[in-house]
Formats: sequence, structure tokens, C-alpha cells
Amino acid sequence: MKTSIVLTGVGGEGVVTAANLLGKAAIKAKLNVFVSEIHGMAQRGGSVSCTVRIGDVSGPLVASGTADAILSSEPVETLRYIQYSNKNTKIVTSITPIIPFTVSVGAEEYPDIDSIFKELGNYGKLYKIDAVKIARDAGGLVTKNIVLLGALAALDVLPFKSEILLETILENVPPKSRDINRKAFESGFKAIKKNS
Amino acid sequence: MEILEDKPGKQILLLGNEAITRGALEAGIDVATTYPGTPSSEIADTFSLIARSFTKQNKTPSFYFEYSTNEKVALEIAAATSLSGLRSLTCMKHVGLNVASDAFMTYLYIGCKGGHIIVSADDPYCHSSQNEQDNRYFALFGGAPMLEPSTPEDAKEMTRIGFEISEKLQSPILLRTTTRLNHMRGPVELKKLQKSRDKGHFEKNPMLVTTPAVARARHPELLKMLEKAEEISEKSPFNKIINVGNPKEWGIVTSGVSFNYVKEAAEDLKLNVRIFKLGMTHPLPRKMCENFIKSCKNIVIVEELEPILENQFKEMAFDFGADVKILGKSTGHFSRLYEYNPDIVIDAFSKIFNVKNPIKKPAKSNIKLPSRPPTLCPGCPHRATYYAAKKAQPKGVVYPTDIGCYTLGREKPLEMADLLLCMGSNASMACGLSIATDQKTISFMGDSTFFHAAIPAVIDAAHHNHDVVITVLDNRTTAMTGHQPHPGTDFDGMGRPAKRILVEDVVKGCGIEHIEIVDPNKIKETTEAFKRALAFKGPSVVISKSPCILLENRNKKTRGEAVFVYGIDQSKCKKCKICVSQFGCPALYYGEDGNIFIDSQQCNGCGNCVTVCPFGAISLKGEKE
Repeated sequence: MKTSIVLTGVGGEGVVTAANLLGKAAIKAKLNVFVSEIHGMAQRGGSVSCTVRIGDVSGPLVASGTADAILSSEPVETLRYIQYSNKNTKIVTSITPIIPFTVSVGAEEYPDIDSIFKELGNYGKLYKIDAVKIARDAGGLVTKNIVLLGALAALDVLPFKSEILLETILENVPPKSRDINRKAFESGFKAIKKNS
Repeated sequence: MEILEDKPGKQILLLGNEAITRGALEAGIDVATTYPGTPSSEIADTFSLIARSFTKQNKTPSFYFEYSTNEKVALEIAAATSLSGLRSLTCMKHVGLNVASDAFMTYLYIGCKGGHIIVSADDPYCHSSQNEQDNRYFALFGGAPMLEPSTPEDAKEMTRIGFEISEKLQSPILLRTTTRLNHMRGPVELKKLQKSRDKGHFEKNPMLVTTPAVARARHPELLKMLEKAEEISEKSPFNKIINVGNPKEWGIVTSGVSFNYVKEAAEDLKLNVRIFKLGMTHPLPRKMCENFIKSCKNIVIVEELEPILENQFKEMAFDFGADVKILGKSTGHFSRLYEYNPDIVIDAFSKIFNVKNPIKKPAKSNIKLPSRPPTLCPGCPHRATYYAAKKAQPKGVVYPTDIGCYTLGREKPLEMADLLLCMGSNASMACGLSIATDQKTISFMGDSTFFHAAIPAVIDAAHHNHDVVITVLDNRTTAMTGHQPHPGTDFDGMGRPAKRILVEDVVKGCGIEHIEIVDPNKIKETTEAFKRALAFKGPSVVISKSPCILLENRNKKTRGEAVFVYGIDQSKCKKCKICVSQFGCPALYYGEDGNIFIDSQQCNGCGNCVTVCPFGAISLKGEKE
């Protein structure tokens, strides 16, 4: 059994943290796991991608077309890593664009958002989520990555129970922010369940 | 802290770099030294985190740790602590070993006493580096035994056992890692933490003074040590053969992270092969290799970057008179460039073994996606310095730059980076340009970089009266690699108070007579300072002092102070676009109506756009969320 998950987004959005939490949850579930992350320059507003592989795997990197899920905190960044997708890949994306400075200075263009979603739907099973709004409602934008993990947990992709992931999250956040993280996770979970 | 748990048998998830630190703790590490550099930084940062947590509780950790001035200093300090009998570790990025190489090459002649692991973190694909040199050559070049981990578990065990090997051989060991290992998390099984030693003792020995006569006597000793190391390599559990399917005449030789791709690809493609996983890659276990070579008719070598195993296996096949075909880089099946991944290995295997490649053509969208290159953060003081310097003389100036965040000034609209080699090269290359041309130069470097490698170049500029402007962007931290302290901060890597060395004092001591000290957030005054520096005949140094905005805002948060954000009054904005097209703060963006806005999520509140705007349209908006 192998589970491969690709996490994407923009530096500073908690993508690396989310991947790390998935890894810790797998260990808690007594499963083999590898996580890959890129540090350094990615912190400075660059594109970030992490991969998590669980089960009978010997490394963290995902071969093209073999992701079980792509979890993304930004629409363009979802499409940037589409090579990992196949028709059965579950693609969860936050719907709110984060405009790159290349666009803000007028050097490049941000594509039409609906055409991005249409394209994503051509390559996998798309789940759109208003992660920014859900995170704000839960208590803060910083929980956006946890909203996305909640959404992932609702998709029958993970080889362990969603409770294990939630417990792992709560064990790894400061005690005073446990409530907002729980709320973020549960709201993300519900948002997917409601629409699927 | 989970990494300090003394629970043998427990499995925890560790980053490859953290696993190296844990391995050192399980070996009773006494001294760790470094200069930070991606992808090696978290090894030292973990030592620092542990040490600081002890200092906070008024306790002394079991080891000494420091962020040294540069890699050469780090290696020399640890060589001396090792020669005093203490277990020592020095970690650095691959190019750091170039800086330390002068010490490294002769250190191998005299050897060590307490175990010494030197970690080189190589960066295939140049994820965050200026080149992708293969430091395995350093092991062959200098004669260092070398270990190459594939997983975090490997990294921990190789570090732990590496200290024993080092002591047995009385030689430092090169632990050669790559980005993918450094930044891979995986399960690690904890072993018992070992006690460190209290104090070392240096035994005088005239053979430790490498005069020519001593060096001539030492070189044969180094070669003898390598013979002993080969015996260890023959018996090492890190070198092993793994059978996949029902192997007959095909073998695969691999090391490092390539092993991970090889094993999974061989299983998925249902190949019948013997995989020779080499963990101790210098010296190679020749007897083991001979048996392997003679048992195969075809051998595929899978290693990232240079054909180091491949060339050695060809040489051995020749020496052993083996009738074997060796496939790899020279046969065009694998590249000498960049990082490998499952796609590359599966594709090569499907061609070599004539099986169908199960990977369908990867999905590719026709929608053109905007690029998202890393950029100077909103509020970064370097942007203000760059903007001010450009205003001083908008055209005809060459800008040599250096290693650090300021390389990001290369991008539009600033375009303030024209030339870069390595740490410290900005100032010396500015000197070179001033000799060769009549072009004006303003060079840029950070404060950590100044202390690391640029001081000799500043002395050169002063001594030879080169007509250059050298800028030190003093943001009081080593920002790009994760905000480590350096000689210009008033605390050290163990969280203890430390003597702050002022850049201006050093520059003055180097003989520079024209020194400008500016706050870049006062853009107009900074521009005037650059104008004076450019007008000065001879070398001048501009020290631009303002703390890294990320660190500053983090400290504000800890202190409970608010960070303010700015906004644009659309009725006053004349759409001159100077803020976007010349200053280029990434918090600014065009709305759908074509108006310019400030994203308050991204704004870090430096307020420099207020000065940049000629129409007074930008003002304080409120507190950041």
C-alpha cells in the first residue's frame, strides 16, 4: 500500500508545517512515512511544494501522475504541480489567489481564475474550498493550512483515521491556539463533506 | 524537546538534518561548529535550539556549540577540540568546504583524536546555491573516509557510528549529504543518549606541526589510514546487497538518495536485480566490489552528479579482468546534471531493461502561469538601500553583489545585482572592475558575509586605494539561512551574551577613510550618502543599518507591540506607478479596476512607500491582522 500526497502553495503559508503534521500523524498511526520539503529561498514568497508518502515506500518523491491527492493553498500553485495528477487524483485547492509580484509589477498576468478551475477539473477530481474565509471564521488566517488538512481528512485518502491527524495537530500547536485549530480542522472537514 | 528524549526504541519523525544532530547526541558530542548555509543549516540550528533552551534555564548543555565566523574557522576550531580528545562535529553547505578546504587538506595529514565528523551538504539542482559541485571529490582529493546516507535513519546511524570509525582511524570522516536528504523527514529509531566528556587535554607532539619534513612523513601515514579504512568498509553494515526478484546477471550500484528511487523503481518494474547499496563510499570495499562485479554481466551505476562510483567501478572491472558491461553516465543513460527523481530513474530503467514505462505522459496545462521567484520581502530594508543607491546615480554603475538575501535585488524592477561568485566576492570584484574600467561600482554584501569573507578585500581596497563604493547591508542577522547570530550580534548560538563587533570599527581598522553610516529607511539621506561616497576618490564604505523586517516584526509580536500597515488614498494617487515599477514592494498590487492597492496581509509596515510616493497618497492604515 502506498499513499502519495503533494502539498503546494506560497512561502510563509504553512505548507511545510502541514506536510510535517501529516508525517507525524503517520508515525502516530505506526506507518512508514517520508516527507520532502524545500527550505531556504522558498520562504521569500516563492512557490513551495512538499510531498508526503506513506506505506511501502522508500523515499519521499512522487512520480508523475501518481499522487493520490494534491492539497494546495493557492490556485495557480495547484496547476503548477498538475504533473503529479491522474484522473483519480483528488485535488483540493483554496480558491483565493495570492498575486505574485511579477504580476503586481505588471510583468506577467494572473490567469482567469475560472479557467484554472476548469483546467484542474480536466486532470483530476477537483474540490474547491474557501480556505481563507473558513480560517478567518475559525479564528485566524494562520489556520488556513489546518483548514486544508481538515479538507484532506474528509476525502478517504489518508491510510489512518482523521482523528489521528486532528490529535497530532492539537499536540503540536501551542495550548492557547488549540481551540481555533480544532475549529479550523473541523470546518475544513465539513466543507468537503457538505459538497461531496 | 522530542529530539532530547532518552527513550531507546522509540520511533520519531526527524528531518535528515535533525537526525544528524540526534546521532551526534547519541555519540556524546562535545563540540559542534558551523557557518550556516542551506541545506545544512538545521543541523546547527538544532544544536543551537537545545543549547539556548539550557541557557534560558540557567543550565549548561552537555556540548559547546558555535556559529563560527566562517567554515574555515569552524573546521579549525573543531580540529583543535578533536585533537584535545573531544568528539566534534562541523557542518556546512558544499561551498563552505571550499572555504574550509585549506584546513581540510592538511588536517587529513595530521589526523584527529576525538571522533570528528565533517558534514558537507551538497545541493544538486542548485536549489539554493551558486553551483552544484560534487563534494565526494573532496573525500578522494584529501583522503577522507566518507559516509553517504539515504534516509534520516541512515543519517543518524552514520553520524553515531561515524564517531567510532573516526576514532578507530584517527581521521576525520566526511558525512556527505544532499539537499533531498537534509530536507527529508523520515522515521528514526532512538538509541540511548551518551554522556559527553568533561574537558579534553592536548598532548604535545612535534608531528602535529606540518613543516615540510613532517608533511612528507605524514603523507604515507594518511595512505596507511586509508588501507585500514578499506577494511572497515569491507565489514561495514552500511555497504550491503539487496536482491529484488530473482537476480541473475544484472546488478545496480547506487548510493545516497538515489538508492531510494532505485529500490522502488526495481520493485515496481518487477526487475530481477541485485542492488549494491553503498553507504561507506570512500574507500570502497574492493573485495566486496570484486565479488559483485564478477557476479554480474551488466552493472548499472545510479549516482547523482559526477561519475565517481562509475569511474571507480570501471577501473576495478579492468583491474579484476571482469567481463562486465557498465552502464551509467558515459553510456548516456544518466545525466551529470541536477537532482534525480523517480521519473528519471524509472525512465532510464525502462530503456535499459526494455520494460514498459508505467508513467504516462505527465499532465501539462497550456495555461501560462505567472512565475513566483523568491523576492525581497515586503518591508525589507535592502529594498530601501537599493532604491536610494540607484537614485544617487541612476545609470552607468555596476553592482557586484554577494551571497545572501540581496541576490534577490537582481530581479526587476530593482536590477541591483550584476556580478556574483561566492561569499565575499562583491568587494574584491568591485576592486577588479575599478582597475579594468572607468565604470563606477557600488558593491553590496550583508553583515554576516562581511565578517565571513570580505574583510581581506576591504583591506585590499584601502591598501591599493581602489576607487570603489562597498556597501554593507547591516540587518543584524544571517537572514537567508534562518536568522542565525553572527559576530555583529550581541548574543551567540548558545543564547549567551556575546561581544558585538561593529562593522564600522572593523572597516576603520582596515584603513578605510570614507565611511558613511545610514538608516536606509531615511531614503533621501541615504541617497545623499551614496552620492558623497561615489564622489570620493578612493575606497568608501557605506554601512546601511536596519534590522531584518521579519525578525523585527517577530520581536515586536513577542513584546506585544503592534505592526502597522499602510494604505493608498485613491483620490490622491496619480497612477505614476513609481511605487510599483521602481520601488517594487511585493505588497503592492493592481486591482481589477487598474488602481494600485497595498495588500495588508503582506505589508510589513516599513512605511518606505510613503517616502517613495511623490503625491503623498500613501499613509498609515491601521494594525496588521
